[in-house]
Amino acid sequence: MSFNYLVFVKQVPDTKNVTGQAMKPDGTVNRAALPAIFNPEDLNALELAIQLKERFGGEVTVATMGPPAAAEVLRQALYRGADKVALITDRAFAGADTLATSYTLSCFAKNTTKFDLILCGRQAIDGDTAQVGPQLAEKLDLPQICYVEEVLALDKKKIRARRAIDGGFETVECPLPLMLSVIDSNEPRPPSVKRMMKYKKAKTRAELAAKRSSYTDAEELARQEQEYRAKGLWIEEFSAADAKADPERIGLKGSPTKVKNIESVVLKASEMKKVEASEAGIRSLVGELIKEHILG
Amino acid sequence: MSNFFTDNKDLMFALENVDLLESVAIKEKEFTSAVEFDYAPGSYEEAKENYRRSLEVIGEVAGERIAPRARTVDEEGPLFKDNKVTYHPLTVKNLEDLKNAGVMGVMLPYKYGGLNFPNTIYTMMTELVSRADGSLQNLFGLQDISETICDFGSEEQKLKYLPGFASGEFDGSMDLTEPDSGSDLQSVRLRASQDPKTGQWYLDGMKRFITNGCAKIHLVLARSEEGSSDGRGLSMFICTACPQLVVRRIEHKLGIHGVATCELQYNHVPAELCGMRRRGLTKYIMSLMNGARVAIAGQALGIAEAAYREARKYAAEREQFKKSLDKFPPVYDMLVRMKMKITAARTLLYETTKIVDLRNAYNHLVEHSGNGAATQAQIEKQKYYSKMAGILTPMAKALCTEISNEVAYDGIQIHGGTGYMKDFNAERYYRDARITNIYEGTTQLQVIAAIGGVMTRTLDKSIDGLLRLPYDGGLERMTHEVRDMLDKHRKAIAYVQEKKDSSYHELMARNLVEMETTIYVTLLIMRDALKDRSREILAEKFLLDAQPGFDARFAKVMSGDYSTIDRHREIIDY
Repeated sequence: MSFNYLVFVKQVPDTKNVTGQAMKPDGTVNRAALPAIFNPEDLNALELAIQLKERFGGEVTVATMGPPAAAEVLRQALYRGADKVALITDRAFAGADTLATSYTLSCFAKNTTKFDLILCGRQAIDGDTAQVGPQLAEKLDLPQICYVEEVLALDKKKIRARRAIDGGFETVECPLPLMLSVIDSNEPRPPSVKRMMKYKKAKTRAELAAKRSSYTDAEELARQEQEYRAKGLWIEEFSAADAKADPERIGLKGSPTKVKNIESVVLKASEMKKVEASEAGIRSLVGELIKEHILG
Repeated sequence: MSNFFTDNKDLMFALENVDLLESVAIKEKEFTSAVEFDYAPGSYEEAKENYRRSLEVIGEVAGERIAPRARTVDEEGPLFKDNKVTYHPLTVKNLEDLKNAGVMGVMLPYKYGGLNFPNTIYTMMTELVSRADGSLQNLFGLQDISETICDFGSEEQKLKYLPGFASGEFDGSMDLTEPDSGSDLQSVRLRASQDPKTGQWYLDGMKRFITNGCAKIHLVLARSEEGSSDGRGLSMFICTACPQLVVRRIEHKLGIHGVATCELQYNHVPAELCGMRRRGLTKYIMSLMNGARVAIAGQALGIAEAAYREARKYAAEREQFKKSLDKFPPVYDMLVRMKMKITAARTLLYETTKIVDLRNAYNHLVEHSGNGAATQAQIEKQKYYSKMAGILTPMAKALCTEISNEVAYDGIQIHGGTGYMKDFNAERYYRDARITNIYEGTTQLQVIAAIGGVMTRTLDKSIDGLLRLPYDGGLERMTHEVRDMLDKHRKAIAYVQEKKDSSYHELMARNLVEMETTIYVTLLIMRDALKDRSREILAEKFLLDAQPGFDARFAKVMSGDYSTIDRHREIIDY
């Protein structure tokens, strides 16, 4: 048995450090002003894909839509065990909301890859919409299991998975191919040092060109590209045209959503403390009160 | 996000400034390894980048994953039932994380699946892991076993065992200590006998205090020469876990609870000879232990770092008499001394690993370059660095492990009564630190290992070089103080030599070794201050604090006081 796992990931601003410049005048996130990280739940999706590969065989492809700098999350995916990566990048994608994004990803998936399972993190920490995965599944006409905690069984025809629901979990079965949205129920493995030593050199064409001096020598670039490809260090880029995406449905143009304002809301927890509604929680509260000599 | 590497300015300084070019170039075959192995670095700069990135990875694994699990691991420990050791689920997770990070064969060559890293980087990883969980280091640090197989085993043995070690599939133990042979390994009795027909070796006997004695792969020191009674009758063997190798019990220890310390019974365990007969202790185990001593120094330093940080944090947060503890002179004095001890120990440790790397590189070059192919210059360097490593390793082990205990002790003191309670980590650090100056040779044994080099002035050339660095201002003034100390040190050595009395020599050895350590560390910290002027205060402070102790040792040595030697029985038995 062998499966093609396609994992979509996102490079997100580290929202723990939101500042005044976090939003651009057009209402979109100013990514340059914030440190960029691998969206946490996408790491869970990647981890699940790697675990499935280890259990059932196959190949893990990781793709992201983003600016050229998003190649960094693809390298991090390689460090953690991805077999192939793809950067879906085009100036025309800029300003995309969830609708335009899921459309773009669906074009990429349909027109450039083969997949049995698509895995996404439940949601990204910048927008917290949890919409892209499900919208993507709809556009590809795929069944979907959301809030997946664990895959219990997988064969060529179907999958059995456990998903979180309010107050518990349920076990569901679903035919392949399908889309899974994954929550933080596994512990993503750390990057492998050995893979990092190799794949830190992985580059996109844009990165390769940027490394060179002011002139560009097309022949030399092509030769280098061959070299990188041969070593498995080539990060393939896909434009809107490569993905066969309709220009009207991508980027700001294809995005009906308008962001009015964003602000950083800091909850002041100094005056309150949350206590678990359990025997242990109450015991620890009482213990603390005794320790602080409020009780006893 | 907690990263034990990037939050540690002093450790990052150590990495930035340690010059490994010479040894790394040899280890990387002048950076031609990249042709054969796609992850090998193509230049020294790339190698350095790999080291930094790897330490960032391990720093995060240590800070984010291992450290939060440490208290539970300490409280619950491994399970022993029906002669089987089961590690704590969180220890298993820790090992899984380290395995996934690919750091179980840090120093092994590429061809066996290792990272081919220098000892310096491995020791830095050791420090990071130990800061998170001291006991985990005893599993992570067993890499010295695969190193030993790599150095002395046959090619067949290397291919059989090393890839498994590198991937983390195999774990190991070094089975040396016996009920009657602790520090005195020459008296090891475990019997190795050979079937005269098949040539197969078998092991019979007992081993005790074996760290991770439940391992898959064992390196065993055993008596292969019947009728012999000293170290030259011992050989080194490899055996694997099997029904004939029984774990009889695990120890209940003061600290390092996370790892199982086993008593082993060998009931005719089939084994293979590793290396040559009779060289077991004299060559292989000595080499293994020297490697392990560096690792324990790293472990001790990591625990000290953890203890210091916990105390520092507590002192800033805890208020008494309407101010935080760190505003009281006796408390900040303790913090300053703790920090200085750690800085001094770290400087010496990574100077030691740098020399160890050079020794290993030239050893390899000379021994593997075929008959007579090594140049005279290479052979001389091999000898020089072997001698240097021979004195620096025990000095570093003694210093790091002793200061670790002192720092952990003060760590509790700063916490006050709270530090005595199990609710805080301070007491765990204290318990974990306590073994470090005992195992892999007590501090007393480190002194014996180092004193020869002190008497024959092994470090003089290096000291001279350090004194000639282009110091100015305050640092230049310090060189005068150091020269004074050096004069006193030489006087003290001459005095002991002239006595020609082995008891006095043995009694004063520790003073002399510690004087040497003080001088050498002062010079190393001064050198570091040249690279970063903000470290000048560290050099100044170290010297200021070290001088009274140095003078006291000088006075002690020069006193000719025989009261301990002549009248110790009267006092002990009073």
